[in-house]
Amino acid sequence: MDLLEHQGKELFAKAGLPVMAGETAWTPTEAVDAARRLGLPVVVKAQVKTGGRGKAGGVRRCATLEDVEAAATAILTMTIKDKPVECVLVEEAADIAREMYLSILLSRADRGPVLVFAREGGVDIESIARRDPDALVRRPIDPLLGLCDYQVRDVLAAAGVPRKSFAGRSLGAVVKAAWQLYYETDATLLEVNPLALTPDGVVVCLDAKVTVDDSALFRHPDFMALAEGGLDERELKARRAGLAFVALDGDIGVLGNGAGMVMSTIDQLAASGGRAADFCDLGGGARSEVVAQALEVVLEDEGVKAVLVSIFGGITRCDEVARGLIQAFGQTQVDVPVVVRLDGTAASAGRKILAEAALDGVRVAASVPEAVTMVVAAARGTAVDREGV
Amino acid sequence: MAILVDETTRVLVQGVTGREGAFHAARMRAAGTNVVAGTSPGRAGQEVAGVPVFDTVADAVVHTGAEVSVVFVPSGFARDAMIESADAGIRLIVCVTEDIPARDMAEVISHLERRDTLLIGPNGPGIVTPRRCNVGIMPAEVCMPGAVGVVSRSGTLTYEVVSALTDTGIGQSTVIGMGGDPVHGLGFVDCLAYYQQDPETEAVVLIGEIGGNDEETAAAFIKKKVTKPVVAFLAGFAAPPGKRMGHAGAISEGGAGTAADKKKALEAAGIPVAKAPSEVIPLLKKSMEKAEKKRNG
Repeated sequence: MDLLEHQGKELFAKAGLPVMAGETAWTPTEAVDAARRLGLPVVVKAQVKTGGRGKAGGVRRCATLEDVEAAATAILTMTIKDKPVECVLVEEAADIAREMYLSILLSRADRGPVLVFAREGGVDIESIARRDPDALVRRPIDPLLGLCDYQVRDVLAAAGVPRKSFAGRSLGAVVKAAWQLYYETDATLLEVNPLALTPDGVVVCLDAKVTVDDSALFRHPDFMALAEGGLDERELKARRAGLAFVALDGDIGVLGNGAGMVMSTIDQLAASGGRAADFCDLGGGARSEVVAQALEVVLEDEGVKAVLVSIFGGITRCDEVARGLIQAFGQTQVDVPVVVRLDGTAASAGRKILAEAALDGVRVAASVPEAVTMVVAAARGTAVDREGV
Repeated sequence: MAILVDETTRVLVQGVTGREGAFHAARMRAAGTNVVAGTSPGRAGQEVAGVPVFDTVADAVVHTGAEVSVVFVPSGFARDAMIESADAGIRLIVCVTEDIPARDMAEVISHLERRDTLLIGPNGPGIVTPRRCNVGIMPAEVCMPGAVGVVSRSGTLTYEVVSALTDTGIGQSTVIGMGGDPVHGLGFVDCLAYYQQDPETEAVVLIGEIGGNDEETAAAFIKKKVTKPVVAFLAGFAAPPGKRMGHAGAISEGGAGTAADKKKALEAAGIPVAKAPSEVIPLLKKSMEKAEKKRNG
C-alpha cells in the first residue's frame, strides 16, 4: 500500500523525522487559507500515488496568495499518469543549500532491507547510480541486528558532513529514525528525495514516499482505512472478497486461481488475438461464495463480451468453483458467454455439477488452449450480435 | 536420491490440528510420504491423520527423528514456527503459508542462515519427489517419477506444466515450487545447482514470471555452471508494467522485471523459452535430444 506524501509526513513527524510545516487542502480556498496560516512563500504539491509529478507541473513554489490560488486550481484538476490528484499539500518553502537522497527498501536480491544514500538528490536516483556509482552508499541491513552505527558513519562520510558538526548529528539522527520508522511500520519502501540541508545545517525531509507491506496490515489497524482510501467501488468489493484484481483494457473477463496461472492465461489470450479485461486471482482454496463474488466483480465492466474461468485445482477444489458459478448465475444477470476450464482437484465432480446445472451461456473447455479459442470466438460473436441490436 | 527429499525423509507437520494441516497431512501420507509427527502447542498426546501430535518441534524431533518440517500455521504465527523448527535442528523447512509479512520473512531468513537450515517458500506448494515424498500441497496424482527436475515461482503453473509432462510420459525427478514472495528461501540458482549434481536428473524445466531478476540471475548461473539441458517457461508477457499481478512477487516496473527482458536474458544464455505451458514439451524434447546427440559424440 502506497501512502500519499502528506500521510507519510505525518508518520515522519511522529517518528522525529524533520519535515516542513504543512496542511492539506481539497479546494483552492482551503489552500489560500493554509498559506495564510503558514506564511509565504509556500510550495503547493499534488498528492497523488505516482512519481513524476514535478515534471508534470504538480509542484509549484508560490510567493503570493494569488499564486497559491492559481496553483491549487490548476493542480487539483490534474491527472498525473492516469491518476487524479486527490488533494494538495501546502507547505512552507524551505531554504535549500544542498539536496541529498535517502531510502530504505526491501531488496529481493538481498532478501531483506537495504539502506541507500546518495550525496546528490532531487533527481532520478538511477541516473546518478549510472553516472557516478561511488556517489551511492548501499548497505544491506540485517533485520535481526538493525541499523549499525558504522553504517550511519558510512552515510556521513559519503555526505561529506563532519560527524560532530550540527549537520552531522542531525543527519545521523535522521538515518536512525528512518530505519526505526521503516521497521516499526512494516514498510517495504521509505524514500526521502530530496533530503535537504539548509544553509544553517538543518536537515529536512522535503518529500516522503512510504509503501507499507499489505501482508502486515493486521499489525497496523490504523492503516486499514488508508488502504481502502482511493479505491473505487469495484476495487473495494474485490479487496473485501480477498481477490487480487487489476482492471485491464480488453473485452474478455479473466478469472482463475493463482497469479501465475492467470497471467499465463492472459498471455495465451493475447497470442490468440484476444484482450483481457482484467486480472482476477481467486487465490488458493477459494470457497463458492468467493467465486460468485469474483464473477460479479468481473462482470461489472460493461465492456466485457465474454468470460474465461481457468482453474487448476491444488488447494482449490473444482466442485467449489462450479457451485460458485451456479450461485453467481442465481444472483446476477449473466448475459455474456462464460467459458470454463476445470482441471486438478475434484475436476470431474466440478464438470458434472456444471453439466447438470446446464447454465445458459456456459461452455466447458477441456484445456486452456481450447478455452482460449472458444472465448475469443465467443467475444467476437457477441460483439456482432450487440452491434446488430 | 532426486533432490532434498525421498522415501527415507522423516516429515513433521507444523499446525497439524488446523483444517489445512490435517487435510494435507493425510494427503501427504497417501502420496507415500513418511510423515512421522505433527505439532500444535497444547495438543500433545492426540493423534491426527494417523500421526502423533507434540507440543513442540523439539519434542517431535527427539521422539520421531523428524528432519523436514512443513508449516501450515496462519501468517501471523509463521515466523515463530519457522524459528522454532530451525532451533530444533530441522534441516529443511517447507512453508506453505501465504501473506507472511516481508519483515518477518527477512528475519527468518537471517536466522535460518545462521542455523544452516534450508527453506522452501513461503507462499508456495512445496516439494515433491514423485511416489516417494510429497511435502506441501501439490496434487501428487499429476506427478510421475522420471528424470526431469522442475523449479517454479508459481504454484498453479507448476501443476499445469507437471501435468503436461506426465500426460506426455515425461516423468520428474523432483518438483519444487519456491513460492511467489519477494523474500523467500531456496531460489532458482540453489535448485539448479542441486539438479546439476543429481544423477537422477537429466534436464530441468524452470518456470518464472514477471518481477525481480531471479530469472536473469538464473540465466547467468546456467551459462557458467549447468551442463544439463534447461528449458524455461515464463508468465506475464501481456502484463502492463507497474501493476501488481496477484501476489507480492509479480510486478514489473518500467523496463525491469518484464517477461520480455527475462526471455532475452534466458535466450542469450542458450535457454529456449516457452510462452505457454503447451510449448514446454516440444522445447524440452528438442533440448534433450540435442544433449543426447552431444553425449553420443
